[in-house]
Amino acid sequence: MNSTLAILAVLDGISYAALVFLVSVGLSLIFGVLRVVNVAHGSLYAFGAYLAATFSIKVAPLSPWLTYPALLAASIVIGVVCGGFIERVLLRPLYGRDDVLQLLITFAAFMIMDNLQRLIWGVQPIFAAEPLKLLPNVTVFGVNYTSYQVILLPAVAVATLFGLRYFLRRTLAGAVIMAVTEDREASTSIGIDARRVYFVTFIIGASLAALGGALASPTTSLVPGMGADMIVLSFAVAATAGLGQIEGAALTALMIGLTRAFVIYLQPEFEVLVPYLLMVLVLLVRPYGLFGATQMRKI
Amino acid sequence: MSEKDLMTRRIKPITTAAVIFFLVSAVAPLFVASWATLFALILAKGIVVLGIVLLLQAGQVSFGHAMFFAIGAYTSAFWGKYVGGGDILLYLVLGGISSTVFGLIVGLFVVRYREIFFGMLNLAFSMVLWSLLEKMFPYTNGADGIRVARPGLLGFVFTPETFQYVILYVSLLIAAAAFYGVQRYLESPLGHMLRAIKSNETRLEYLGMSARRVLLIGYVISAFLGGIGGTLVAIIQQIATPEFGFWTKSGEFVFIAILGGGAHAFGAFAGAAMFECVRFYAAAHLADSWQLILGVVLIVIILYAPNGLIGLRQRYRQSGKGGR
Amino acid sequence: MADVLLSARDIKIRFGGVIAADGINLDVHEGENLAIIGPNGAGKTTFLNISTGYLRPQAGTVTFLGQDITAHLPRTITKLGIARAFQIPQLFLDQTVMENMLIAAASRQGYPSGFKALARLPEASEMERLLELVGVRSYAERTARELPEGQRKLVDIALALALKPRLLLMDEPTSGVASSEKLEIMDILTTALAKEKVTSVFVEHDMDMVERYAHRVAVWNVGKIQKIGTPAEVLADPKVQQQVIGI
Repeated sequence: MNSTLAILAVLDGISYAALVFLVSVGLSLIFGVLRVVNVAHGSLYAFGAYLAATFSIKVAPLSPWLTYPALLAASIVIGVVCGGFIERVLLRPLYGRDDVLQLLITFAAFMIMDNLQRLIWGVQPIFAAEPLKLLPNVTVFGVNYTSYQVILLPAVAVATLFGLRYFLRRTLAGAVIMAVTEDREASTSIGIDARRVYFVTFIIGASLAALGGALASPTTSLVPGMGADMIVLSFAVAATAGLGQIEGAALTALMIGLTRAFVIYLQPEFEVLVPYLLMVLVLLVRPYGLFGATQMRKI
Repeated sequence: MSEKDLMTRRIKPITTAAVIFFLVSAVAPLFVASWATLFALILAKGIVVLGIVLLLQAGQVSFGHAMFFAIGAYTSAFWGKYVGGGDILLYLVLGGISSTVFGLIVGLFVVRYREIFFGMLNLAFSMVLWSLLEKMFPYTNGADGIRVARPGLLGFVFTPETFQYVILYVSLLIAAAAFYGVQRYLESPLGHMLRAIKSNETRLEYLGMSARRVLLIGYVISAFLGGIGGTLVAIIQQIATPEFGFWTKSGEFVFIAILGGGAHAFGAFAGAAMFECVRFYAAAHLADSWQLILGVVLIVIILYAPNGLIGLRQRYRQSGKGGR
Repeated sequence: MADVLLSARDIKIRFGGVIAADGINLDVHEGENLAIIGPNGAGKTTFLNISTGYLRPQAGTVTFLGQDITAHLPRTITKLGIARAFQIPQLFLDQTVMENMLIAAASRQGYPSGFKALARLPEASEMERLLELVGVRSYAERTARELPEGQRKLVDIALALALKPRLLLMDEPTSGVASSEKLEIMDILTTALAKEKVTSVFVEHDMDMVERYAHRVAVWNVGKIQKIGTPAEVLADPKVQQQVIGI
């Protein structure tokens, strides 16, 4: 492997890690607060991507720059509408019931969304690369790459990481979420409305998944099945990091992204294997994940 | 009322339902030919779901059980591809052996964990298997899968028309045997210890038992059932694809278990019957939205009948954490 | 003096800043009922946890019948003949009381391989007698979850007895039982222990119980055995009265 390929692999890895981080941090956040593994998370990612593509195809003729707010708008719409629906209508009646039912109802949501996605957007691949083409290419150590992927995506991921940290540690709403995460009963007894916290957290988490999808949409063709692939991948990242670990998810996403990128150049057939193999190995040694404390510390 | 009367009153309706179900699967396809394959699939999947129900007794949900299903299916596929000259009986024996061996290996790792961690690790193992099946193209044909040529039975060869009935009755025999065996197991001391894991592992250890070992025994049986079911489905559908081991398949099995009612062994078949029938008819009439319909059915069941189709007649009187 | 069954030597354990055991030496003699008393949080339950392998002491050894069991798992120690009843009853809540008992009976043989139904085990009548003995026979077919706390406690003890132990460790055996029934239950229990030749150690807060049913009393205070002797000796000690009993 020559140095150009190595740099290419690093850049691939970083841009990929940025997307995976956005999705898995949402999953992790939801698990940390609600203790629910949201199986429909990948569908939120796919919906975010498809809606973003629809929006940007609509607005691009007016001005190509409008595609950026379109991406953001799509993720918020999906996060609030779909995320809000899943939490309020499906999950809420199940709090305090068997965990398996909560998991399974999000599986039902996944099945429905997967089907709806095919009904709404069809099965033909969709391309909406406008935002990607808009930004110039950059040269990194002699390698030409789109600045959308090596600058914008990582920047959004880093901003999300620090934004979430700030939100959770420095604002009142964040403090309330943290309190519920630490001790649900105690926080309810001091007057925190846990249901509202769940609702808001789920919407934030769902919006992050949709944002991941929206930002991914210009870089890839949208196909059925993208959601099903993303949920296990983001789950692998979240679980390897330790469910509920935000900074851990960032590092793990980077680790998996880079390993995967190098494997693609060296031994392409093992590409899909990498994250799951890492997950198995890590979970066998540290069931609470790389960054999870033995007594699981959430968030 | 004496203890015996209580027992009979509790057991009877479900056992009767099971017997009726097995009789219907034997007779109905004689009148409607297209039902032969449908019922064979229901029975084969029911066998896999029996394994899920078994683990549910211990309060554990495997979100990766499709791996054993795929192992069973690919065992036949590989035999047909590399050795050739398959026989239903041989496939079943091989599928049973390979899934049991894998169940033991994976089981040794996963029984150390509980609940979400148990589910996660199972998922991780199954996804490793799926990636290998999907990417080891030279050996597995990748996503296209491997065709499984129609095998004979004990040296007899069949026409496709006869074959669908042969495999139906083979599936029926195995399903009935598996149903009976699982029932007996759950009523045996070991089965009761398996259920004890759900409510109090500490006490189990303080009775001198290793909860891990008790769970491992259940896990291996459950893997075996998964492998047998996978072998049957590969023979029925004459193909094995990586999809057999994908996480959505695992989710489907858990779905069927909850749909039928995880508290009783018959729930596996009740759930499989409902699932496959909805899929069969929805796919025929609303080809584009069968998955959507199944999703809605699942939501309705979870929200309004969380104990599943046979939940009202709970033999195993387990009430599910907080589900009372 | 009777043989020493269980022997703890120089046991030390601390949790963070709290010292639960600071060089504990304690012998349990064959055939006796030894009560452990002491202020709340003194480490009495810790002693039961260490003796059954649930916790490992930071220093010291526990021997049972001369064998070092300090590093053993609870299930290994159970197999050697030490059974435990808990302060908070540990039952299989989804199963009936009788099923609970039969699981205990079946576990005596290790991993039962047969497909014989639990309900048809030959030990059923023996288990019924045990339930009769602790006075919960009438609950046999009820799901453990349905039982009131006091009855759960009794089933918990019956489960331990079902193992036919040499030594039974109990954590406040009559807490949660209506006070009117305490004496009756302890009478039955101690008679049964004597009859079955089971040695017992019980942690107790009720000095009345200690006085009536213990052969010896150990006072556990600030990680030490402050005093050990017959109930009459120990309970008469002014220091014990002041610091532990709080008169």
